Formats: sequence, structure tokens, C-alpha cells
Amino acid sequence: MKMEDIKAGEIQNEKVVINPAWCKGCGICVAFCPVKALELKNDKVVMVDVDKCTQCGMCELRCPDYAIYLRRKKNEKQG
Amino acid sequence: MPSVLVENYFRTEKLPQIWCPGCGHGIITRSIASAIEKSGIDKNKICIVSGIGCSSRAPGYLDFNTLHTTHGRALAFATGIKMAKPEIKVIVIMGDGDATAIGGNHLIHACRRNIGITAIVYNNSIYGMTGGQYSPTTPKYDKGTTAPYGNIDKAFDICKLAASAGATYVGRATAYHASLVTSLVQNAISNEGFSLIEAISMCPTYYGRKNKKGSAVSMMEWQKNSAINISAAAKMSPEALEGKFLIGELKNSPEPEYTNEYQKIIDRLKKESQ
Ligand code: SF4
Ligand code: SF4
Ligand code: SF4
Repeated sequence: MKMEDIKAGEIQNEKVVINPAWCKGCGICVAFCPVKALELKNDKVVMVDVDKCTQCGMCELRCPDYAIYLRRKKNEKQG
Repeated sequence: MPSVLVENYFRTEKLPQIWCPGCGHGIITRSIASAIEKSGIDKNKICIVSGIGCSSRAPGYLDFNTLHTTHGRALAFATGIKMAKPEIKVIVIMGDGDATAIGGNHLIHACRRNIGITAIVYNNSIYGMTGGQYSPTTPKYDKGTTAPYGNIDKAFDICKLAASAGATYVGRATAYHASLVTSLVQNAISNEGFSLIEAISMCPTYYGRKNKKGSAVSMMEWQKNSAINISAAAKMSPEALEGKFLIGELKNSPEPEYTNEYQKIIDRLKKESQ
């Protein structure tokens, strides 16, 4: 992840949203992602294999800082 | 834009929290918000009260009627709120030191009265905010700043304490078992009387470091491997349960609630004086 991306705010792919500004790099989501789709880079979480992600929501459930979460569904307002 | 849950129930302008990286408190706080969302109660009919300590910062981030009170006294303030407005759902967030040391007396009497309050104790086995002093839940022989050679006190079992003092709904979960925190809190909120949920948290900064428990991740691995659901435990041998602790619903036995009983007296005396 480049610094510009962090400054730009949230990073989204088709499955999850990451807010690097809130991520404290604890590694909890990385350790407990059942398919190992996440990694820490420069103390921030990054999605390394979006194809593997099953949107199980475990990262969202256990992130102490609400910095990673599933993308909102179509009927919800998207950020 | 944060998740829908966070947007609806948190003061997002105050995030991220002040808590250390990997502190379990954020996970438990989210689980509580999720329980409130699932219970469908109007935000304005909820009041969240805390005392002093790392965990007591939680209501500062939660977007409800909130009250940040004095050390150990959250339940005393909460009792006042419940007596004045019994229709309000009162939720109290406390730490282990807050709830069982300085606030221990308030705790047992709130249990004994079975007053309609949901108490959630974030148990990280140490005083985090003040620098790692041992608390009534620090395991025997573990270290704290005030127990550099190991603590010789026996730890309280918060759930047993609450259940035997009269709490009518009691449960335990951990930050790792975050969805269990949600379901227990949801049940606790719907219990009319006093409920207590012990949520095992982790303090990597003090308890973890002083006791060489590793990172937040390894502390959560410990929670995952040491917690046994009460339903599974029934089929296990005492040897297999050695070094483990129980999670799940530990007590559920509704009894008359305190503010209802009080109202009955008011109603009776009104009738008699007519
Ligand atoms: S949603 Fe599940 S699979 Fe996808 S990144 Fe999060 S934990 Fe991993
Ligand atoms: S759990 Fe949250 S704070 Fe920790 S690394 Fe993952 S996104 Fe960052
Ligand atoms: S000192 Fe411990 S309990 Fe307090 S915020 Fe830091 S990790 Fe959490």
C-alpha cells in the first residue's frame, strides 16, 4: 500500500472495506481470517487475495477498531 | 463511511478509540452494539453507564444516553436511573477492578435486589488504565506492577459471585467468541431482573506483557483454546476440563424484579389511602 492510498481514506474491493486511518495493525483480522486473505503491510491491513475472501465477516466481528468490514449490500447506502 | 452498525450506534467522530492496538475492549463494545441492534430497542430508551477504567471509556464511543461516573459506582448511579425511570433499559459497562474491587459491594447488592440492569464486565485480569496493578481477577501467581513476584490472592469467579449473590441471568464469553457476547447480551437485556455478562477481554499492554502472554493474537488463541461451552463441558471428564473455563449461559432463572416490586408497594399504599 502506498502512502497516498492511506491518505485517500477507505480502500474498497468488491467484498470488504478497509479504513487504514482506524487500523492499528494489531493483526487480529489477519490471524483469524479462515482463508488467509489478509496481511499486514507497514502496520496496516491489506487484502492480498480478494478471490479467496468468502465474506464470512470474521474480520469485521473481531476488529477492535472497526477498520475492516463487509461492503454494504445494494439496498444500504454505500460510502 | 463505516459499517452500518458503527454508523448507527457509535459516535464516529470520536473514533478510533483511545485503546491500545489489539485491546479486546473494542471487540466487546461492538458486540454490545450488535446485541442492541438485534433486540430492536429504541436508542433513546437505553442508557449506558460506566465507572472508571479502560473499559469505562466505552460509553464515550457509543451513541446512546450515556453516563460516565466515578470509580466503582456505576451500579449505584444505574440503580438511581432505573428507580427513576424503570421503562429505560439500563446497561452498565465495568472493568474487573471497577466491578469486583472498589465496586464489589454495589455489585453484590444489585444482584441481591435483582434490579433490572444489564451489567457487562470487561475482564482483562488487570488494572489497565492505571498501569497494570493486579485486580481481584488476576489469576494466582500471575504478575502485576503491584505483584512483581506473583500475586498470591485467589481470583474471583465473577459469574459465580453474581449468580450466588442473586443475579437472575449470568453468562460468560470472550473477545474471541464475539458473537456469543452478542447473544448473551441480547438475552440479558430481555431478562427483567439483574443480569451479568462477563466478557473476557485482553490487555496486551499490561497483563499480556507482564505475564509473557504474547500479542493480542496469541491472547485470543488462548481464549479460543481455553474456553469450553457449558453444553460441551457436560460431556467432558474433569481431567479434560483442567485449565479450561466455561462460557455460555451459566444461569437463567427469572425472579420478581426490584422496580416492579417497589411499584407494587406504591400502588398498594395509594389504594389503601383512598
Ligand atoms: S470476510 Fe472472512 S474471508 Fe473475507 S477477509 Fe474477512 S475474514 Fe477473511
Ligand atoms: S483487526 Fe482491525 S485494527 Fe487490527 S489489523 Fe485488522 S483491521 Fe487493523
Ligand atoms: S492498557 Fe490494556 S485494557 Fe487499557 S486500553 Fe491498553 S490494552 Fe486495553
